Amino acid sequence: MSSSWPLWEVFVRGKRGLNHVHVGSLHAPDAEMALRNARDVYTRRNEGVSIWVVKADDITASSPDEKDPFFAPSGDKVYRHPTFYAIPEDVPHL
Amino acid sequence: MADELDLAFERTVRSEARIEPRDWMPDGYRNTLIRQIAQHAHSEIIGMQPEGNWISRAPSLRRKAILLAKVQDEAGHGLYLYSATETLGADRTDLTVKLIEGRQKYSSIFNYPTLTFADMGVIGWLVDGAAICNQVPLCRTSYGPYARAMIRICKEESFHQRQGYELLMTMMSGTQAQRDMVQDAVNRWWWPSLMMFGPPDAESSNTEQSMAWRIKRNTNDELRQKFVDMSVPQAAHLGVTFPDPELRWNEERGHHDFGQPDWDEFWQVVKGNGVCNAQRIAHRRKAHEDGAWVREAAEAHAARQVSKEAKMIGQSA
Ligand SMILES: [Fe+2]
Ligand SMILES: [Fe+2]
Repeated sequence: MSSSWPLWEVFVRGKRGLNHVHVGSLHAPDAEMALRNARDVYTRRNEGVSIWVVKADDITASSPDEKDPFFAPSGDKVYRHPTFYAIPEDVPHL
Repeated sequence: MADELDLAFERTVRSEARIEPRDWMPDGYRNTLIRQIAQHAHSEIIGMQPEGNWISRAPSLRRKAILLAKVQDEAGHGLYLYSATETLGADRTDLTVKLIEGRQKYSSIFNYPTLTFADMGVIGWLVDGAAICNQVPLCRTSYGPYARAMIRICKEESFHQRQGYELLMTMMSGTQAQRDMVQDAVNRWWWPSLMMFGPPDAESSNTEQSMAWRIKRNTNDELRQKFVDMSVPQAAHLGVTFPDPELRWNEERGHHDFGQPDWDEFWQVVKGNGVCNAQRIAHRRKAHEDGAWVREAAEAHAARQVSKEAKMIGQSA
């Protein structure tokens, strides 16, 4: 039965120069079949130039519950953003 | 703690942000979504049958290729939606079993037979048209994976509706017999299409809670009205009429008045007594059971590849 086929998450690169983006999932017995099925299910209209399939079990995700503490380290580092720096308006190209 | 989670959930929904799979959500929200998305997925899958019926008898290679592509899209729509249910903890095979055992529903429209090739045009125009009316607001539904599936689906539906309308325009420019065939198909599909929006608001038990959770964005009657208003000028352009003596423009409301479908018939079809209910389920069951050996063979092949690789690694060590 198909429920014993593992679940694969599918990522598609829309065109050259873009990142792969998650588009959905599917069940398949192995990676090769997952790739073929992903082509038929998620790219029937040239939506992609490249597909990744990853076993859902192999993905480690942060949990939304721990969102605040997990992303906190970036919260207080305002100096990572260009707007942190005051530059006189008459300095060009900066 | 539960209250706090509940509050956070409510706040997210009210702020028009999306609920995502690993978020906490009330059980009722999860179960309503699984039921609604599964029913929607089943409709896409069962919906392949009325049109699949005509693929081998399409009048030209062009029409055949179009019909094949459309039916293949419907399969894709079913798969996007099953994929969304799995993010809620549902199991795809379990849902299929529930469908073929009659424990979950699909849209009653697919229990009507497709008698002539004009039905292929009318289904694209009216049935996919009604589906689009239902689905466009669902692109803003509160559950992220469902909303994203709906965006993909809506993009593809516009081809479905246009090919249907174009097919009908072609037939309407043919012989009188062909024009009669189109009008006959419109007469048969108009009322079932209006039923696709569900029972009147006063009798729709789930609407209120679903609107509060922002799963549903418009009531059944609002969407039905919108569909009628959109369809009337399209019918006029085509040169067909709808079989409703009460249908007329109401200047004051700025909308068309129209009659009510036969809701007794609707409930009969929902209960399983439509013309094609038994046939649709039997066909789906047969496809599922006939496919069992393919699923098992693919699994056996995958297992053997894994053990072959393991052996090769063993030898090289
Ligand atoms: Fe569809
Ligand atoms: Fe469609």
